[in-house]
Amino acid sequence: MTTAEHPAPSYPFGPSEGLDLHPRYAELRREDPVSRVTMPYGGEAWLVTRYDDIKVVLADSRFSRAATVGQDVPRMRPPIESENILSMDPPDHSRLRKLVSKAFTVRRIEELRPRVQIMVDELVDDLLDAGQPADLAKTVAWPLPVRVISELLGVPKEDRDNFRTWTGLALATGNETTPEQIEEALNQLLGYMGGLIVQRREKPTDDLLSGLIQARDDGDKLSEQELIVLAVTLLAAGHETTANQIGSHVYQLLTREGYWQRLVDDPELVPGAVEELLRHTPLSVGADNARVALEDVEVGGRLIRKGEAVVVMPLLGNRDASVFERPDELDLDREKNPHMAFGHGVHHCLGAPLARVELQLALGTLARRLPNLRLAEAPADVPWRRDKIVRGPSALLVTW
Amino acid sequence: MTEPGAAATAGARWAVTVDRSRCNGSAICAGTAHGRFRVENGKSRPVETEIAPDEAVLDAAESCPWEALTVTDLASGTVLAPEQ
Ligand code: HEM
Ligand code: SF4
Repeated sequence: MTTAEHPAPSYPFGPSEGLDLHPRYAELRREDPVSRVTMPYGGEAWLVTRYDDIKVVLADSRFSRAATVGQDVPRMRPPIESENILSMDPPDHSRLRKLVSKAFTVRRIEELRPRVQIMVDELVDDLLDAGQPADLAKTVAWPLPVRVISELLGVPKEDRDNFRTWTGLALATGNETTPEQIEEALNQLLGYMGGLIVQRREKPTDDLLSGLIQARDDGDKLSEQELIVLAVTLLAAGHETTANQIGSHVYQLLTREGYWQRLVDDPELVPGAVEELLRHTPLSVGADNARVALEDVEVGGRLIRKGEAVVVMPLLGNRDASVFERPDELDLDREKNPHMAFGHGVHHCLGAPLARVELQLALGTLARRLPNLRLAEAPADVPWRRDKIVRGPSALLVTW
Repeated sequence: MTEPGAAATAGARWAVTVDRSRCNGSAICAGTAHGRFRVENGKSRPVETEIAPDEAVLDAAESCPWEALTVTDLASGTVLAPEQ
């Protein structure tokens, strides 16, 4: 155990460059796996870097997400947490999760595979039509998850540009965006969804949103505010993460000798490759989504006192050498891959089955139809998103 | 879904099973129904396979993305969750 520094080192340890992971994480995992950091907002938190410890924090009911609501807890971004599915504890959380879990089971999502394949093919057509070099992020990676979640939820085509702009701002880290702008974008999203719900209530359609409205109006299963926030969460969580991961995954494959060719030669490799890419590829700019200890809890030999906050980032568990051999290597043949890219415990990603289908079909289709895909510029010149909580290329120029 | 109230009549017993070939260890169940499931080596198992009615176990079965978890009423054999 090292002696505590005062104040604790500021976090994040450095800027996020491309898909790099700061070397400090690996040092901490070895030397001080449950350590103190000073977060950009809300003061000091515990940062956990070991796989087993992260699982404890995510799964143990003594760690609460609900205790962060309305509180100035340690966090990455200016907004104070408000109530949503990801900030609730059971049994409130279970009540909401149950309402949407049926639409996202592996079985139900597999039924959507043919529909998602059609969308992917249309977008790859668009890419081919755009001429070389074309921006794969703009033509494929972003539109795909936006279309998929919009269709599932029942959000009209003509509104998609608007909600993409708002979600982009609502999920800013605040380096280049003011807290007021973030707040305003969030309110625009909520206002928009409130309006759409009024429309659907009058004229129900066959989609998830109408289903949720029915659960509220006929079953009184959730409040109007919960309904609006849940729909916005599905919309935002459903595309930001997946869109960035598609772009990042393609970048990962194209910047390593022979990796793309392997997918071209062996389509059966795709599902395993997607799991390895999910394990290896950074998603967020830093540990966040604080969990507050409801009582004293020991984690990895450290005492977390009641009321203290722990911040988590699944990627750190995914790079733990005690679970994954050569953890920093992207190994498409990795056999045992119990990664936690989708989290762990009650908040385990609702959209995991959907994200998997989208990633598998996007990468599989690109490899089949564009076997000679390559970056149109040097890897170092690929521009990355700035001021956003979710990492990914802001453009990915490719030729084929 | 079967009314949980109906099955929760005095003395009712529920059977809880996890199909380990489907389970992928997300631990949603363990967090949803506190103390009812243990997740070890990436697989969940019920702490007790026969229990007195407990709403949280139905929630867990409804929330499992792999539909690996089944709750049945022991007396009647009726599947209480997940809803088909
Ligand atoms: C590659 C894509 C994705 C990744 C890597 C990802 C990752 C995650 C992670 C790590 C969490 C847990 C966060 C925490 O516990 O602090 C989470 C939660 C969540 N994700 Fe995803 N996600 C992805 C795609 C999606 C999609 C497509 C949806 C569509 C609906 C979605 C909806 C959600 C929701 C609603 C939650 C909160 C669940 C709850 O609190 O019960 N995600 N996701
Ligand atoms: S929720 Fe389902 S998949 Fe997850 S650990 Fe429990 S039984 Fe397994």
